[in-house]
Amino acid sequence: MPRTRKQMLVDPLVDNNPITLQVLGICSALAVTSSLQVAFVMALAVIFVTGFSSMFISMIRNQIPGAIRIIVQMVIIASLVILVDQVLKAYAFEISKTLSVFVGLIITNCIVMGRAEAFAMKNPPVASFIDGVGNGLGYGLILMLVGVIRELFGAGSLFGVAIMPTVNNGGWYVPNGMLLLPPSAFFIIGLIIWAFRAWKPEQVENREYKIQAVEAH
Amino acid sequence: MESLLSLAIKAIFVENLALSFFLGMCTFIAVSKKISTAIGLGISVMIVQSITVPANNLIMNNLLAPGALAWAGFRDVDLTFLGLLSCIGVIAALVQILEMVLDKYFPPLYNALGVFLPLITVNCAILGGSLFMVERAYTFTESVTYGLSSGFGWALAIAAMAGVREKLKYSDIPDGLQGLGITFITAGLMALAFMSFSGVKL
Repeated sequence: MPRTRKQMLVDPLVDNNPITLQVLGICSALAVTSSLQVAFVMALAVIFVTGFSSMFISMIRNQIPGAIRIIVQMVIIASLVILVDQVLKAYAFEISKTLSVFVGLIITNCIVMGRAEAFAMKNPPVASFIDGVGNGLGYGLILMLVGVIRELFGAGSLFGVAIMPTVNNGGWYVPNGMLLLPPSAFFIIGLIIWAFRAWKPEQVENREYKIQAVEAH
Repeated sequence: MESLLSLAIKAIFVENLALSFFLGMCTFIAVSKKISTAIGLGISVMIVQSITVPANNLIMNNLLAPGALAWAGFRDVDLTFLGLLSCIGVIAALVQILEMVLDKYFPPLYNALGVFLPLITVNCAILGGSLFMVERAYTFTESVTYGLSSGFGWALAIAAMAGVREKLKYSDIPDGLQGLGITFITAGLMALAFMSFSGVKL
């Protein structure tokens, strides 16, 4: 089924979201979302890497021997990630410190590999680029959503700017400290998945066991 | 010795790779449906982790660190920016070699773990372990301890998760939460439980 470019860009946002439906790239989604700024930078980095790695891999897809394709893809992805890492270290050192190893972990982010393997190896460069950017955006969307919830209710601010003045600073809002801790990310993503599936019931998974009423004798 | 022990306890419980750094989550969620497979994968991760972290430590300190190439006459060369590329290369190569060695000399072990090995190359827990080792500048002995214990911590987490999920499949869960959603929430509760270890000081 040929899809238009717009569809390729918009599809991964909700209908085929890499995090909530394909279960890809969750690791970093959870770890870097405690503040919005960091989540935003991370989302940009992933969009850049998925877009360009898909494009480059698709450009040389006919030259890559099948047996070593994983290594070739890895090298291309790793080079792009090194580029991002060096740029962040040069121009945004503070953020790069907070992201610590998670920039490097974009290499093993399954979204990048998954798109390279599933789409870029079979499609021309421009389409692959758009597909990569679309999936990066889908990932970024969830990342920003979780980031907004965690920073707004956990620290009462957005992008570091106070929205709801907290009690510590003489305001009225008692921040929910748990939201800044790692486990809350799991709960929030679980609830986001619930919300998505309530909205699009066709994404609901089948049950392995069904509860049935047993007739009394 | 004591510092190594405390490093190990810290890596297993307090800074558990899966539950407090969310590394290897994709496999953690995808392969935790049955206890037996979860344990198989956990053991493979432990083995690979305890080989790759020390190996990367040696390469980092003897080839890539600033001034490490002095023996070859390059006194001012700093290759640390190649760290990412070399880490992932070493991991991919070692997993491949491990697979071949197991296949040739330990066929029963290969049959048990073989299917998981390719999965491990793209498991972020492995790369994450190596990158943490670089960031925290561990010595060689520390890196051996860290590799082994962080792998063990991950294995422990996935085995526990699989145990919970095996029971969970009989319960009545709202439609939208079925499968992935409830798995996330369970993982969150487990992460909360693991956080209680953070007070442990040795």
